[in-house]
Amino acid sequence: MAKIRGSIVVNVERCKGCEVCMVSCPTGTIAMAKEVNGKGYNYAFPANPELCTGCANCAMVCPDGVITVYKTKI
Amino acid sequence: MEKELRLMKGNEAVAEAAIRAGVDGYFGYPITPQTEIIEYLMEANPAETTGMIVLQAESEVAAINMVYGGAGCGKKVMTSSSSPGISLKQEGISYIAGAELPCLIVNVVRGGPGLGTIQPAQSDYFQSTKGGGHGDYHLIVLAPASVQEMADFVELSFELAFKYRNPVMMLSDGAIGQMMEKVYLKPHKARVKTAPEWATTGKPTTRERNIITSLDLDSNRQELFNIKLLAKYDEIREKEVRFEEFQCEDAEYLLVAYGTSARVCQKSVQLAREQGIKAGLLRPITLFPFPTKRINELAGKVKGMLSVEMSAGQMVEDVLLSVNGKVPVYHFGRMGGIVTTPEEVVESLKSKFIGG
Amino acid sequence: MVEFSGIKEIIKPENLVYKKTNIMTENILSYCPGCGHGTTHRILAEIIDEEGLQSEAIGVSPVGCSVFLYYYLDIDWQEAAHGRAPAVATAIKRLQPEKFVFTYQGDGDLAAIGTAETIHACNRGENILIIFINNGIYGMTGGQMAPTTLPGMKSSTSPYGRDVKTMGYPLKMTEIVASLPGSYYVTRQSVHTPANVKKTKKAIRKAVNYQKLNKGTCLIEIISNCPSGWKMTPVQSNKWMEENMFPYYPLGDLKTPEE
Repeated sequence: MAKIRGSIVVNVERCKGCEVCMVSCPTGTIAMAKEVNGKGYNYAFPANPELCTGCANCAMVCPDGVITVYKTKI
Repeated sequence: MEKELRLMKGNEAVAEAAIRAGVDGYFGYPITPQTEIIEYLMEANPAETTGMIVLQAESEVAAINMVYGGAGCGKKVMTSSSSPGISLKQEGISYIAGAELPCLIVNVVRGGPGLGTIQPAQSDYFQSTKGGGHGDYHLIVLAPASVQEMADFVELSFELAFKYRNPVMMLSDGAIGQMMEKVYLKPHKARVKTAPEWATTGKPTTRERNIITSLDLDSNRQELFNIKLLAKYDEIREKEVRFEEFQCEDAEYLLVAYGTSARVCQKSVQLAREQGIKAGLLRPITLFPFPTKRINELAGKVKGMLSVEMSAGQMVEDVLLSVNGKVPVYHFGRMGGIVTTPEEVVESLKSKFIGG
Repeated sequence: MVEFSGIKEIIKPENLVYKKTNIMTENILSYCPGCGHGTTHRILAEIIDEEGLQSEAIGVSPVGCSVFLYYYLDIDWQEAAHGRAPAVATAIKRLQPEKFVFTYQGDGDLAAIGTAETIHACNRGENILIIFINNGIYGMTGGQMAPTTLPGMKSSTSPYGRDVKTMGYPLKMTEIVASLPGSYYVTRQSVHTPANVKKTKKAIRKAVNYQKLNKGTCLIEIISNCPSGWKMTPVQSNKWMEENMFPYYPLGDLKTPEE
């Protein structure tokens, strides 16, 4: 049976750490980093990448459009 | 190319001239003494003939912002109003000047301040030439003195407006707007189909996006922009001064007057000369740019100048600046909507200069 | 530019599902973290991209946080004076009827200083789209009370909470516009969850099509958060918005054409 697997790419420097993506993620893929980017924001990143289904919820709600989403069948 | 001869009110002549000049849009609001402009346009219904849009806006504020929008698209657009309505438009006018957009604003001046009166006045000179809206900018200001000039200045206004990317004001008054005179109307000119390259016409792949704005939060850039505007106004002062002289060759006293006051002063010059006073009249046609140079020259030849305006004295300050102390300058004018009589001007001239 | 990627094997061009549209420029948005403006801009840009409107679209930007909209969407723009956008758009559309013309305004712009321009453009049925971002506060000038601020809501000019006795009630402009015969499609949406983003996108697409058919004014109100003005984190502000703004400004269509 084919499984949908996703992968997101976050533009760390443009992320403002608003956390809205994290709240919208249905699988718990996203967390906020302990490190900060050049602007001082704790950026979002795929902390549990193996959970990502490529649903693109995160990218859809991101106010700054910093997330790109990929998806494939495995 | 036959011109058509008609007998028309000044207000009507502006409207008819606008249709013939291929104006794309008129946005206005009723106010006495210029409501005939929009009434004439609505009746003429140019939407059917030239495609010109005529829209009665909900206020003078809305109307000037419609002009801004249309001008941003590179279209020939105009509005008209009278003093209190022109006050309402000042925000929009500043934005138009700041965005360097071309347009025509017609002010058929009435007595003020406040709600004032509906009779003619010339008390919006400061408002028109010194600002009115906020910031460092200038309108090109044309002052017609006849119904013919009200008609002719429509096309001239748009020529100047597009040449310099600047708003132009036609500063008329309630007398000229309402009086009927012979006027020769030019044949119809087609509306221009192509837009200037800076206009918002929808971004094709062949250019960057066009942004019409007057905002820049970077002070250095904003200063450079203001310097650019200053250079533009200097060029306008160089090249666009217009005035008319009447019996100035041997004049000892100069009357300076525009619009209705100039018509009155023409008679005053005749009356004065009948009394042995060598008076002359300089009629500025452009109030901005002001005929500073010419007045300064004449100051070397005359004994004094009288600025005749239907106001408390506004243009007199520009005459004083132009004369720069060479000769005495006084003001004479009735206010509250009263039109000066030729005899009153002569009396004033005598009392100020000749002590009679 | 630093990127943090998930599983690298999946990241291939043929697997691309979502990428920010090219209609958004590369400029970094000036908005506060979590602000609904950014999301709305992106949705609008996506529609312009998908419907092929880049060379037809002319936007009118307001005075408010989104005054610099013209830095972010790669289309022709006109910056309007505060509240005057519907008048500006009226002329643009009447003089260039084949273009897609829209305004993008905040609550001060549309519901305070621009009330007359809003109502009259809709009353005339101007064939434009008005996008109305309602976050119940004046963001750009530092968090003052707006006509849409809720009763009891604190702001810098209602520090003890909005007192309806002296400050009036929140104004529901969208309801007023829906009552005008000139308005054709009036709806209230939000952009804080993926489901709402999809609904808003659908609403904008409808408005685009209605404009092509010369149907009249479309108004899309978007209830948005303002984390800075409301003094909350973005996630908290979205929750507060659901619990407080939505009951007063219910989401959904207020006026739809008979289909």
